[in-house]
Amino acid sequence: MTETSETASQATDRPGPLREFWYYFRENRGAVMGLWIFVAFVLVALFADLIAPHDPTAQFRKNLLQPPFWQEGGSIAFPLGTDALGRDILSRLLHGARYSFYVGIVVVTVAASGGIVIGLIAGFAPRWLDAIIMRIMDIILAFPSLLLALVLVAILGPSLTNAMIAIAIVLQPHYVRLTRASVLSERSKDYVTAARVAGAGRLRLMFVTVLPNCLSPIIVQAALSFSTAILDAAALGFLGMGAQPPTPEWGTMLAEAREFILRAWWVVTFPGLAILVTVLAINLMGDGLRDALDPKLKRS
Amino acid sequence: MPLLEIRNLSVDFATSSGQFRAVDGIDLSVDKGELLAIVGESGSGKSVSMLAMMGLLPWTATITADVMSFDGHDLRALGPRQRRRIVGKDMAMIFQEPMSSLNPCFTTGFQIKEALRLHLGLDRKARHRRAVELFEMVGIPAPEDRLKVFPHQMSGGMNQRVMIAMAIACGPKLLIADEPTTALDVTIQAQILDLLTGLQRDSGMALILITHDMGVVAETAERVSVQYAGQKVEEQKVADLFETPHHPYTAALLAALPERATSRHLPTIPGVVPGQFDRPRGCLFSPRCKFADDRCKAEPPAPAGSGLGLARCHYPLNARSEVSA
Amino acid sequence: MNAPVVKAENLSRHYSVRGGLFSGSRILRAVSDTSFELQPGKTLAVVGESGCGKSTLARLITMIEEPTSGSFTIGGVEASPANRKQLRTDVQIVFQNPYGSLNPRQRIGAVLTEPLKINRPDITAGERTRRAREMLALVGLRPEHYDRYPHMFSGGQRQRIAVARALMLEPKLLVLDEPVSALDLSIQSQILNLLVDLQERLGLAYLFISHDLSVVKHMADDIIVMYLGRPVEMGSKDAIFAHPRHPYTKALLSATPVADPQGKRNRIKLEGELPSPLDLPTGCAFAPRCWKAQERCRAERPELGAVTHGAACFFPE
Repeated sequence: MTETSETASQATDRPGPLREFWYYFRENRGAVMGLWIFVAFVLVALFADLIAPHDPTAQFRKNLLQPPFWQEGGSIAFPLGTDALGRDILSRLLHGARYSFYVGIVVVTVAASGGIVIGLIAGFAPRWLDAIIMRIMDIILAFPSLLLALVLVAILGPSLTNAMIAIAIVLQPHYVRLTRASVLSERSKDYVTAARVAGAGRLRLMFVTVLPNCLSPIIVQAALSFSTAILDAAALGFLGMGAQPPTPEWGTMLAEAREFILRAWWVVTFPGLAILVTVLAINLMGDGLRDALDPKLKRS
Repeated sequence: MPLLEIRNLSVDFATSSGQFRAVDGIDLSVDKGELLAIVGESGSGKSVSMLAMMGLLPWTATITADVMSFDGHDLRALGPRQRRRIVGKDMAMIFQEPMSSLNPCFTTGFQIKEALRLHLGLDRKARHRRAVELFEMVGIPAPEDRLKVFPHQMSGGMNQRVMIAMAIACGPKLLIADEPTTALDVTIQAQILDLLTGLQRDSGMALILITHDMGVVAETAERVSVQYAGQKVEEQKVADLFETPHHPYTAALLAALPERATSRHLPTIPGVVPGQFDRPRGCLFSPRCKFADDRCKAEPPAPAGSGLGLARCHYPLNARSEVSA
Repeated sequence: MNAPVVKAENLSRHYSVRGGLFSGSRILRAVSDTSFELQPGKTLAVVGESGCGKSTLARLITMIEEPTSGSFTIGGVEASPANRKQLRTDVQIVFQNPYGSLNPRQRIGAVLTEPLKINRPDITAGERTRRAREMLALVGLRPEHYDRYPHMFSGGQRQRIAVARALMLEPKLLVLDEPVSALDLSIQSQILNLLVDLQERLGLAYLFISHDLSVVKHMADDIIVMYLGRPVEMGSKDAIFAHPRHPYTKALLSATPVADPQGKRNRIKLEGELPSPLDLPTGCAFAPRCWKAQERCRAERPELGAVTHGAACFFPE
């Protein structure tokens, strides 16, 4: 037993898990682009106060519906023009990023933490409780998601907070299903049995032993539902059930601009583009995350 | 001329941390009707070299060889279409996991007839006749019924027989069996090995048996090639190899067999097979070899003469006394 | 003679398997009527092919599963659900696959201290760490391995860690479920030596589950040969290897390849496959494949019989 099982000097160091993750992530160019756009989005959301040229709610009565600067009648003071109340669109967009980011973070946190706990319980529960939980989730999933969110907001009353709660409830079943599926596959592995033989109780098995090994698919789902949350919040805002004017939320901005769609294209186009680009970037990034985190998709 | 000849075959994989050499300068030649065993532990590159030859490796692999010829064809120069015509017909392979080598969505009969249609172009009736005949050859009872059965309805041993039937369907000149019995029970393993050696003897095809089990080698093979960390370290007739191994690795491996133990303590080989990150500069076995000196650690050895079993060692062993030491 | 570490009487484990849409549930008899004793410091090997119930037996003794009927004692204490917490520390297990048996998100230090943390709250954190480091040295690993993750280790090293974890609670009995069959030959001998050393030093009893007869021959003191959930032969290692009495044992021994090209022997060729454990033949389970089987074998089931070297066969050698 004196022998130690270790070989001679190591030529190269084994790459850390982060480096390996980056290697697989880097292979997907779209994902890398998405990541950079997302980083820019986060920076804008953080420093909107410093970047924005004007206060997002300040009304410049002399410059109603002024076009972007490259068009005739535009000025560099309002680079993307102004809306019907004379507010600077660029400033509103930059501040809107802040709301979208806030919605994404809160919704994902609420939906994921609730979904993970319920999923863990379902995965470890006796069959009848598991069946009850999963059927309830199936019922939630059977509703068209936006419609359900709309109903919930109608009950709770229209506001950004209520919209976030509604979206979180709608997104939660996805996490429950995902967590339960990975719990079931992890639970049969030997290391879980070994922990049981060591005397680990059920709570310890759930949160200390199994949960950390189920996280990668949940992280991917979190990234993807971040964009769903932004999109749903914008949709609710557009329908007047989300953030209320004068909040510079992108969906609400679109709703306010609806009647000027033919006269002033910029009031509709820019908020729409902002939503499109952000959601696309996050989805691309989510795809890359899945490629890098899911061992089944890794190319050897 | 040998049926299969490979000179200096190397395979590199691109991984997240640079190139990884899985096969390193392998030479191999198999004559018609011969039974060669390739022995090695996991990571010795024994499967990869065969897959490389058949063109079945993923795109991350880079394959280089001085000579790679099979039955007069230069395998390096073949396009994918020509290669497909040879692989599966003249050269066939069976794998370790019979359950996952068959498609679970189709009946065994459909799968074997598909192979017959693609390679031999037989009509429906002839295909059926041939399939029944093949199932009988590999010892599957009630072949007519078994043709209509899905893979999951049969045991591992039966599925391995189906795999063998598919592999020999077109009368291959070379059959490569990659750990054909590792997933099977001992009594079934004995049946499958008898079947394979019987087929090789009767039909005159060559058989390459890849395995890690020294017992299987001793009982079936004629010639043995020992691989370690991607290199061939020794090649001998099977009786000579077990009698007088020339490479210290082979000697240590044989000594570590529990059935050869003389005391409660087994002789061991310290350490582990070098991986991508701790590949030694000199002889690949030097960190674990009890005979290794500075020369072994500095320069990689070249294969010795055929009298010394082509041992890739600076100081090949050559006497029974040394082996037991 | 000492008191046995384990004494099992007529242990059985049956599962009910749901059949197809119309067939209702059927009973799968994984282990039936298995009795044995294991003395401290000894190794009892359970041998058999897949589906013979040897892994289920391991799970029963480790109290991962409840027996359907029968009972067993550990160190003289009845293994009932009430006593389980108390017995937990006496029995530990090492699994076959070293890649699946360690939590990939746990450092080695945490792997080793976890059993103490759960079962011995009286031990301080410092003391736990000290014991874990001692254990690491005992199984031949280096102190710096303490803070690493399992993926940085080879299969053999992981199996050492698994053995170390099993020993942290100072058990009397170690259940080894195919501990070396997933390892390479050159690593296998390292682990076998480690197990031999630990047994000598700590006086452990081993329940050694394996299908590899050459390993069993090296490790075991006594052997149970199982076929389709029942022991068919039981006796000391020397008796079984020298004079196998049950035809199945004979066939198993002769089918095992021997690494000696000179010693070509006559193999007993077994016809056919293992019957499905859902649909066992009446009478002797081995009868359909046995070359000696007669009417009586197909009609009634033979009992294991003799205490020292029993064989469940009507016509033993």
